[in-house]
Amino acid sequence: MSPDMLFALLSKALWQTLQMVVAAGLIGSLIGLPIGVFLATSGKGELFPAPVSNRIIGAIVNAARSTPFIILVVAIIPFTRLVTGTSIGTYAAIVPLTVATIPFVARLAEAAIREVDKGLIEAARAMGATPLQIVFKVLLAEAKPGLTLALTLTLVSLVGYSAMVGAVGGGGLGDLGIRYGYQRFMPDVMLAVVVVLIVVVQAIQSAGDALARRFDKRNRKT
Amino acid sequence: MSIKVQTLPEAPYGAVSIPPEQPLSSPTSMVTFEAVTKRFGGADDKSQFTALDGIDLSVARGAITGIIGRSGAGKSTLIRLVNGLEKATSGRVVVDGVEVGGLSENGLRDLRRQVGMIFQHFNLLSSRTAFDNVALPLEIAGLDKQAIRAKVAPLIDLVGLGDKSDRYPAELSGGQKQRIGIARALATSPKLLLSDEATSALDPETTQSILALLKRINAELGLTVLLITHEMEVVKTIASDVAVIDRGKIVEAGRTFDVFTGAKHETTRSLLSAALGTNLPEWIRSNLKPQPSAGDRVLVRLIFFGATAFQPLTARLVTELGADVNILAGTIEEIAGEPYGSLVVAYPADPAVRERAERFYAATGLSTEVLGYVA
Repeated sequence: MSPDMLFALLSKALWQTLQMVVAAGLIGSLIGLPIGVFLATSGKGELFPAPVSNRIIGAIVNAARSTPFIILVVAIIPFTRLVTGTSIGTYAAIVPLTVATIPFVARLAEAAIREVDKGLIEAARAMGATPLQIVFKVLLAEAKPGLTLALTLTLVSLVGYSAMVGAVGGGGLGDLGIRYGYQRFMPDVMLAVVVVLIVVVQAIQSAGDALARRFDKRNRKT
Repeated sequence: MSIKVQTLPEAPYGAVSIPPEQPLSSPTSMVTFEAVTKRFGGADDKSQFTALDGIDLSVARGAITGIIGRSGAGKSTLIRLVNGLEKATSGRVVVDGVEVGGLSENGLRDLRRQVGMIFQHFNLLSSRTAFDNVALPLEIAGLDKQAIRAKVAPLIDLVGLGDKSDRYPAELSGGQKQRIGIARALATSPKLLLSDEATSALDPETTQSILALLKRINAELGLTVLLITHEMEVVKTIASDVAVIDRGKIVEAGRTFDVFTGAKHETTRSLLSAALGTNLPEWIRSNLKPQPSAGDRVLVRLIFFGATAFQPLTARLVTELGADVNILAGTIEEIAGEPYGSLVVAYPADPAVRERAERFYAATGLSTEVLGYVA
């Protein structure tokens, strides 16, 4: 394959991957984060005690997370069609990616929020804070480094998931690697795809780490 | 502090009618506990744990009151009832005329803005600077930026950390963190400060400086302070009143000096002997006999306080007895600002000597305790 053609294929695939990762990451986090907050604060004796809802939502999250992604993609085709009007293509692929991101973000956010020292919640309650004030001024503020790392992990996982949506014509780097690199026996394309993926993942991780470090004031030296 | 007796306010203008109900607000006490019981756990008796069992206590307005007890005695639960972080199972907790148990969530939040609290592990937000930590209660109360700035800066100066405003908690020492905790607790100008083992995570020197700060705040701002601790040292240094709690019950309470010098309950005594250094050295204790035999010496603990603390009684004792007196252990302390001394002496257990000694004690008002006999 000529370098020009390879470049054209790669840049198109990279653009599709970025579209899918960013859109699914953004929408999935916007929905997943509040669910994570709910899971972390609705247990018995917590800020918004609702143990029954907590268990039900927890069970749904677990179910969604244990469904293999490729099966999820196919299973929610009717829903995808309802949202985007089609079940194939990059935009259509964003739907199952988002659906898979929501429970993923929810559990990671829950874990990050549960890491916050319970003493801080007690101190805020002793100041007369409302439960919502505690969520915004204490929990989310203190969990910021952990949440940043959780979102980084989410984006990296999405890069991997996006390789599977070739099955519904989603395109992207993974799809390029499978169709050209594997099915057409073009190792140079495969290699190029892998290199680009490594660079993308590395960039996401480094940016996330740097951001988390900036938010984290816990290990400052005097 | 009065126990089981709530001081009634004097009737105004010679009114003769007695109010039908005991008034909640009292001019002398900031907090009263009335028959307060707190149980944790399930509905059946077996899984239940009684943390507090019939607490009657009143915390004097404007004073520093200490509640001391071993871990698990119920003191943490007790202090959390005051700002409603825990709810009493039965009985009443009244804070400045308001019954805490009867408050709605909103009412409870209003109360908490009038009651500051400091913690053993400081509980500062790691993501906020010292300044922003002190600002937090004001943000919660809905003050604007300018009002917050005007309030926070003087508080940080008050606790002596004016130059550390922009530092994060991780950049501060334990003592500095607690100072910020104190500034934060004072931000909403509370009338009562609750201290939950505030010095237990600090070294002795830092503990003293934090206690001095609390004492100064109590004096300058007229703030009532209720503190819980397991360290007698803390109570001895700053509390004018003390209550000793053991297994969910108040076993002794009163003015600190009275409780310390006249400790009746075994828990008080054991907490005390550690703090006052009145434990006998091991080599003496192991040789102590309950009954004298010929030629033995008697061990007596002399306790000096009040008037006897300032007289040269030991020197006179030697002259009066006309026998050898040796000093085996001793300590001179200050309890709630009053001197207190304890001296363990030994002299011949000869009846004539002992009789002269008894006469001397009676004449001078020295308080004594016979510990035993040694060969």
